[in-house]
Amino acid sequence: MEITVRGLWTMIHGMGFGALYLMACSGALVEFYRRYRSPLGPEIEVEDERFLRIYLAAMAVLAWLTVLTGAYIIYPWYRAVPPPGTASLAAFPQRLLMSNPSTAAWHSIGMEWKEHIAWLVPISITMAAVVFSQYRRSLRIHPELRAAVLGFVWASLFAAGIAGFFGAMLNKNAPVAGGPTIHIVPEEQK
Amino acid sequence: MSAPSTASAPQAKLNPNGAGAAAVLAAGIGSFLVAAFAILADKAPSIKSLMNFYKPTGPLSGVTTCAIVVWLAVWALLHWRWSSRSVEIGRVTAAAFILLFLGLLLTFPPIADLL
Repeated sequence: MEITVRGLWTMIHGMGFGALYLMACSGALVEFYRRYRSPLGPEIEVEDERFLRIYLAAMAVLAWLTVLTGAYIIYPWYRAVPPPGTASLAAFPQRLLMSNPSTAAWHSIGMEWKEHIAWLVPISITMAAVVFSQYRRSLRIHPELRAAVLGFVWASLFAAGIAGFFGAMLNKNAPVAGGPTIHIVPEEQK
Repeated sequence: MSAPSTASAPQAKLNPNGAGAAAVLAAGIGSFLVAAFAILADKAPSIKSLMNFYKPTGPLSGVTTCAIVVWLAVWALLHWRWSSRSVEIGRVTAAAFILLFLGLLLTFPPIADLL
């Protein structure tokens, strides 16, 4: 059992940071609705508020780690240009997708959309984390502000979902692989 | 054991919405700028080459760096102007949501290609 360094980074980016963000986002939305839906609802414990503050800050860190690893570690491998005369495009995912009309749209729509919409996620969740950190329990008496924060968190879930879906499909059609191989489990003797 | 507490009206006066409004509007502007810079880089070869901050990543590096820098600068400016007062939050959030919606829409390549 083995994995290449590029495959490992792609896994860290998508299944580590990205998928964890998507799951965390659902949790944040539930917590927001549960605790802040009404100014007349149950009182909010200081510990609960602190938990949500740290939770949102952790989501912002996850979102930044996802886009930064994607743009600066994996994307250069994805868009690498093969040297002239290269017979196999397996190590050049963008060119591999574009070489076939039936897969070209995974790049021209999928990657082109993913690489930009993903950046709306850290912008939105950083804003949400900072506003929550500033206003804390008093968000209950600022309904418009609370609605704006919630709207941006929903938008970040949508954007992360789009990026995650295309990331998974791109990696299925033209995996980012290569580089040194890491042996997780030694070869079995026959 | 932590002490429960509820926010009250006097707290709203002590805690104006300006800082929050600044963050929300800046996020809307930042979201829109990602799409706007991406379209500019796609349509104008001169801007595309200017956006090539980090060659392995290509123009995406400049597009996103410019959007992030302007977003943070706008946020800092709005915060400086609004943080100690309350603003008309309804109009600010409406503007922020329109910009966010445009950002989401214009990052979709078939729509961006129509421009």
